[in-house]
Amino acid sequence: MRPLVGVLALQGDVVEHVAALERAGAAALLVKTPCDLERIGGLIVPGGESTTVMKLLERFELAEPIVARVRAGMPFWGTCMGMIVAAHDVAGLEQPTLDLIDIGVRRNAFGRQNESAEVDLMIPVLGSEPFRAIFIRAPWIERAGPEVDVLAERAGHGVMVRQSNVLGTSFHPELGNDLRVHEYFLEMIGRPHLHVGKASAAA
Amino acid sequence: MEHAGTPTVKRGLAQMLKGGVIMDVVTPEQAVVAQEAGAVAVMALERIPADIRAAGGVARMSSLELIQGIMDAVTIPVMAKVRIGHFAEANVLQQLGVDYVDESEVLTPADDKYHIDKHPFTTPFVCGARDLGEALRRIAEGAAMIRSKGEAGSGNIVEAVRHMRAIRDGIRELGAVPHEELVARARDLGAPLELVQSVAKDGKLPVVLFCAGGVSTPADAALMMQLGAEGIFVGSGIFKSSDSRKFAKAIVDATTHFNDANVVMEACRSLGESEAMHGIDVRTLEPAQLFAARGN
Repeated sequence: MRPLVGVLALQGDVVEHVAALERAGAAALLVKTPCDLERIGGLIVPGGESTTVMKLLERFELAEPIVARVRAGMPFWGTCMGMIVAAHDVAGLEQPTLDLIDIGVRRNAFGRQNESAEVDLMIPVLGSEPFRAIFIRAPWIERAGPEVDVLAERAGHGVMVRQSNVLGTSFHPELGNDLRVHEYFLEMIGRPHLHVGKASAAA
Repeated sequence: MEHAGTPTVKRGLAQMLKGGVIMDVVTPEQAVVAQEAGAVAVMALERIPADIRAAGGVARMSSLELIQGIMDAVTIPVMAKVRIGHFAEANVLQQLGVDYVDESEVLTPADDKYHIDKHPFTTPFVCGARDLGEALRRIAEGAAMIRSKGEAGSGNIVEAVRHMRAIRDGIRELGAVPHEELVARARDLGAPLELVQSVAKDGKLPVVLFCAGGVSTPADAALMMQLGAEGIFVGSGIFKSSDSRKFAKAIVDATTHFNDANVVMEACRSLGESEAMHGIDVRTLEPAQLFAARGN
């Protein structure tokens, strides 16, 4: 059976993730309510505005059940906003988060929209071909705990991390044509506790 | 290699705003209220459209001090308006570092023939449109996001409905015509063939489509989302209502769950006795008072 992958659909680039998942051979479910959560084997939180989505997660009672499922081992991937929402803390801001992965992130770390860019990134776990990563008002990883593997760096800062069943990327694989990160996440759904090595190269 | 300001990056920010509400604000304090309510971005301006309408005179790009104050007050993206065709104002806003420029009919046009060539800018642009041809012309000029024009500052949703339906009907129609008719369709639409072909093939615009112009209640927002808007701009509707905090939150909730009648009902109920902005019957406006007729 194809894995049913949830995409949190409160706000953001939801349909881009759904399209990428379908191209990668997975079936996607839009997640808007706690009931939707019960039907999925993995959850993607897309790009969007983290302050907005944190409020909506609380307002529509999704925060608690997501934390419970992820702590129980459900694979989770946050892209940009999704990684901020999953982080332990947000540097310099009193912003609430779900605390699913032991990282501190800095929002808009590379700058405002004028500094948004496409970057060819080396991601050793995806092979030797560089990955065209699209960064939009992107965060970086300010601090990574001992259990966290940093899988890619840009300009000396972590931009892709994994801790057990939780994956985070500062960039947006769903906006490009390269499906390797989506395929990597689908593999996590198949083998949730696969350990991976540290990234050795930076962009 | 790093590539800033590519079409993907410029269109990408609008993709991140989908399903959200962008609110007009005239002070840093209002920007914070908007962010607290769950706005995905704010439009920084000196006067909301209803007050621009009331004030008359020439409406220009807002003061940079005001825009900067709003940029400093919130963490969400900040947009600001320039006059149609005023590329020097746009250069100033790009230099200031706003996240999106709205080349807007709400301000007094600087050029009555031509819009800004938006391709050379790193900062992305959003532009208004009343129908598919106008939307595609703006995209051809480099707009990275389209919004309906509606009739800003009217508190009346009728024009936004008309424009959103016209854009969506135009898209559906292109999907149904045989390939050999597309050249003639491009001629009739006044839009480049390449874009007409892409819309016919994909069944959607190549950029994000928001609704703007006249949204003043949660039900208005739900209506526009169900008509195919990918998100909502609210101008005067929030800060001209009797309780801006309540209206802002209720419009966000109704936009998020536009398909869930129960959530939209609760959003309407949460307004209690507070009143929406008064509004104008747009049929009573003189042609010169219609913002939507500016630019084509």
